[in-house]
Amino acid sequence: MNTKVLIGYASCGIAAGAGEVDRALRSRIAKRSLDIEITKVGCVGMCHNEPIIEIHDPNGVYVYGDVEVSDVDEIVESHLVEGVPVEEKLISSPEESYDYFDVQEKIVLRNSGVIDPEDIGDYIDSGGYEALKKVLTEMSPQEVIDEIKNSNLRGRGGAGFPTGLKWQFAANAPGDEKYIICNADEGDPGAFMDRSILEGDPHAVLEGMIIGAYAIGASDSYIYCRAEYPLALKRLDIGIEQAKEKGFLGENILGTDFSFDIHIKEGAGAFVCGEETALMHSIEGERGMPRPRPPFPAQKGLFGKPTNINNVETWANIPWIIRNGAEEYASIGTERSGGTKVFALAGKIKRGGLVEVPIGTPLREIIYNVGGGIDEDLEFKAVQLGGPSGGCLPAEYLDTPVDYETLTEAGAIMGSGGMIVMDECDCMVNVARYFLDFTQKESCGKCTFCRVGTKRMLEILDKFTHGSGTLEDIESIKNLASNIKAYSLCGLGQTAPNPVLTTLRYFEHEYYDHLQEQTCSAGVCRELITFTITDACVGCTRCASECPTEAITGERGEQHVIDQEYCIKCGACHDVCPVNAVEVD
Amino acid sequence: MKSSQPKKEKTREILNSFTSEESSLIPMLQACQKHFGYLPRVVMEEISSYLDMPLSNVYGVTTFYAQFRLEPLGDHLVKVCHGTACHVRGADKINELLENELGIKSGETTPDGTFTLERVACLGCCSLAPVIMVDETAHGNLDRDKVKAVVEKYRGDDK
Repeated sequence: MNTKVLIGYASCGIAAGAGEVDRALRSRIAKRSLDIEITKVGCVGMCHNEPIIEIHDPNGVYVYGDVEVSDVDEIVESHLVEGVPVEEKLISSPEESYDYFDVQEKIVLRNSGVIDPEDIGDYIDSGGYEALKKVLTEMSPQEVIDEIKNSNLRGRGGAGFPTGLKWQFAANAPGDEKYIICNADEGDPGAFMDRSILEGDPHAVLEGMIIGAYAIGASDSYIYCRAEYPLALKRLDIGIEQAKEKGFLGENILGTDFSFDIHIKEGAGAFVCGEETALMHSIEGERGMPRPRPPFPAQKGLFGKPTNINNVETWANIPWIIRNGAEEYASIGTERSGGTKVFALAGKIKRGGLVEVPIGTPLREIIYNVGGGIDEDLEFKAVQLGGPSGGCLPAEYLDTPVDYETLTEAGAIMGSGGMIVMDECDCMVNVARYFLDFTQKESCGKCTFCRVGTKRMLEILDKFTHGSGTLEDIESIKNLASNIKAYSLCGLGQTAPNPVLTTLRYFEHEYYDHLQEQTCSAGVCRELITFTITDACVGCTRCASECPTEAITGERGEQHVIDQEYCIKCGACHDVCPVNAVEVD
Repeated sequence: MKSSQPKKEKTREILNSFTSEESSLIPMLQACQKHFGYLPRVVMEEISSYLDMPLSNVYGVTTFYAQFRLEPLGDHLVKVCHGTACHVRGADKINELLENELGIKSGETTPDGTFTLERVACLGCCSLAPVIMVDETAHGNLDRDKVKAVVEKYRGDDK
């Protein structure tokens, strides 16, 4: 086989410097006149090692991580010219494979990081559009729906509604004109699954949608994608064009009488538009505000027509299920929920990235076996799942399997897949405040309890972080939480109190420390901490020059002192001290 | 005051490529903002008459979505990511440092028009936290020195 080179070219890779590495690589390879093809691929999942170069040669696959421009010449000369891999930069080789992927199982991300997402030929070569051919030639729409039902696939956007059943409702709804929507408005802070799927394998999503349209009887569709994802939008555009050229999309698909079109709508930045009815209002040109259900979108959705909405990841599963069979899919995962789930693993973790595991995998395996454990080997404190709608689970829950029911019972949610790990330096009251600040800003304002209730809750949390909370405040928070949950129309309000409720449930002592002891043991809440310089100080003056309020004094070579009257607790001294002489109490 | 006539004409030109349906409103606002960098009142007035929709309605939609801005931007837009991963890795400190370095608060533009500083919810590069994005380029794994170096780099660009 010919040697080929793949370079990770998703947003995270580019942010880490893949662009410069790619240019250096191409110029060196051209200079040496090597006949080697370089392919830009999507996210392979190892964001912690970006930029990544993969070399496929006759001996196998070699993966180089954290590649810098200055490493490129050596890799080309040594590996590509002389055939000697550069050991120090290798993270995986045929002799020693990287254990990052050991517990992972790739269905949704099967092509991501493997194929060129801007070339439909690559997708077709890996079995792409076979599923579409199969449904159009061998299956009736009802057989397709039954297949999805039997696969136990559930909505990956967060709520976990059975996908086959959802399709059935839309298929049964009377009407000649029906719509399909792909929800790509990934607004959760700390989540990037959908972006990576769209950037790495856009055709999987498109093929899933075309199959869904055939099953439901839809002739038109929209992908509602965040404007903040320019690369995903570009690759979708290219994908739609190429699919049309090949006859997979448009009039009379593959020579049948089935016609279907896909349009892209750019979201304009509103978290609430992740909710189905708000999203449809946004496509219609209105403010993205939810409306009561029923009528459900399956009866009366976009432009008043029956509509089926699924999220990016859900759509990307469809072609695999059709090709490999519902039984095969259902055999992965749990009894009540088939297949895999993609998680965006980040926070205080050694190896963050995009992770795909069978549903039901314990949290511990994801955090320790895939993620490599806590950064700097600090103590694990909590894992946050499901973003602003989810919750923080403590160490006792590390053996919890990730499935819809178990996580909901624990007070968190599966959510769309954000998984943020926190350590002993994270204050849970501060984290609860962080999420409330987010939901309070993103509340569309329609329901009073969501609009005003989240604001009042945020004010109380502010009191805690300032050390002025009272015991009654804890009761007020619980009251507000149950009212906001009960009297909000959509998921945003109904789940907004979750981050507060789970931190109260599992980390109540931290709230009491803040209000009774006036301390923040994690050293985060500014009003409750003091910075002091210990005798480990070497007098380098670094902190004094960094201090924005000139609160630090001392002669060069001697121990410095912080004047507490002027200190604003910004922590700059702590962050720059080369000998860790700044203590937080 | 400068005449708003050229803006009006340019807006007309942009709007002509859209159908006059309500569902065109957000794409229209996006296209106009892409051209002007922000949405001045005259643009919203033109859209209002093109769609035969009350100006208050156009304004309501514009201010509902975070993407739209009513003030012009500086030469460089600095977005500070406040996603969960960045939050636990010190996004607030990065934000504060940038406010000090640039001498402005978040949401403001420096008096010389070089930088606009903005807080954003999540840029989706969580493994590189803390992250900022200057124009179209993301800068990750930041500490105080790196932030200062990034600001200097863009300051230098304009000299």
